Amino acid sequence: MIPGHFTYHRPTTLADAVALMASLGDDARPLAGGHSLIPMMKLRLAAPEHLIDLRRIAALKGVRRDADSLVIGAMTTQHDLLASGEIAAALPILQEAARLIADPQVRYMGTVGGNLANGDPGNDMPALMMTLGASYRLESTSGVRDVAAAESYQGAYATALEPGEILTAITVPAPPAGHGHAYEKLKRKVGDYATAAAAVVLTMSGGRVASCRIGLTNLADTPLLAEAAAHAVIGTSLDAAALTRAAAAARAIMTPAGDGRGPPEYRSYVGGIMVQRALVRAAARAKK
Amino acid sequence: MAKTHVTMTINGAEVEGLVEPRTLLVHFIRETLQMTGTHIGCDTTHCGACTVDLDGMSVKSCTVFAVQVDGAAITTVEGMASPDGTLSALQEGFRMMHGLQCGYCTPGMIMRAHRLLQENPSPTEDEIRFGISGNLCRCTGYQNIVKAIQYAAAKINGVEFQEAAE
Repeated sequence: MIPGHFTYHRPTTLADAVALMASLGDDARPLAGGHSLIPMMKLRLAAPEHLIDLRRIAALKGVRRDADSLVIGAMTTQHDLLASGEIAAALPILQEAARLIADPQVRYMGTVGGNLANGDPGNDMPALMMTLGASYRLESTSGVRDVAAAESYQGAYATALEPGEILTAITVPAPPAGHGHAYEKLKRKVGDYATAAAAVVLTMSGGRVASCRIGLTNLADTPLLAEAAAHAVIGTSLDAAALTRAAAAARAIMTPAGDGRGPPEYRSYVGGIMVQRALVRAAARAKK
Repeated sequence: MAKTHVTMTINGAEVEGLVEPRTLLVHFIRETLQMTGTHIGCDTTHCGACTVDLDGMSVKSCTVFAVQVDGAAITTVEGMASPDGTLSALQEGFRMMHGLQCGYCTPGMIMRAHRLLQENPSPTEDEIRFGISGNLCRCTGYQNIVKAIQYAAAKINGVEFQEAAE
């Protein structure tokens, strides 16, 4: 399969990249790892006239600490995340999730920014970033703005990015020391998108849940923050009744599509189970 | 469409060519350079038959444009044996452990296993299976591929290969 014709651009600075985005307009797409866009182009489901390859812009890569947050360059790959000591120490949930994304070859190319900016409801990183309270830095020739992950997803492939904007970095507040985390992803096979997945970050105090955030992947046309489900477990010891209430509250906001991964009823059902498993596993890891 | 001049190092030799931007790396390798050791399997980024080593990464060459890798260093399966024909440890492992039947996935398996062993010279069986999870084989059930990689790891590390009890 061979994609349609396009003109290739390889800027080496962010200034050049956003200038190209501005001058080429809607005919241009930024190219990150390319492992969503290139397959779409091969199937002729995408036919950009210009590709602006971001891989040679060194400033977009890498993880650095900034006070109580980690700043992840948008072109940092999933492989880079797995190799990062900073991520291992502060945001282990991102490594747990990255290991469940695609396969080793794809993780060498696939980027965090691409996963977040593509807006595919099957992507795993958006729900994680919502759970972690991250924000996205969007840059264009008009300037720079930061948008909360939780405000960034409007529908399938519809995001807060305006024409001409590039996602350049993700700022993730480090969860408190002693937090518990888990990402539970049910998938049919290696490389598949989630049938249902749930991210949990929580803290415990005196054997009870002190704080909790829950995110859901591929259970609606956007990632979801399951606030009522999180509220249902705060103050509890995660007993069976609390877990049942959490699953029910999470299922109440799920609107999954029916596809090869199962009918909507099944996906919501297992979505609730992913929430319960993630809660239990996160609590087991948390400092009591 | 205008063609772009690209230069890259493949198996230690500098190569160059004119490519359309849309030319996939695997087509450049197989058709322009006539190096057909790298296979196209699914052509959809799933099967891993087209895996090559690109600047120290295993990548699926059906999902990378040749223009993207201008200036890169690439190793394909043709670069694995010594110039005198002596097989690499991995190739010997696949031969000795019967790590292939039809052989179609083998170039991709060997290239992926090559990078895996560079990063982790003594992988456990689980690490091998996780490490080759982006490569599909429809013949072997993977059992002998895992043994082939274990054989190669043992040989590279200078220890005797002990086949695990069934």
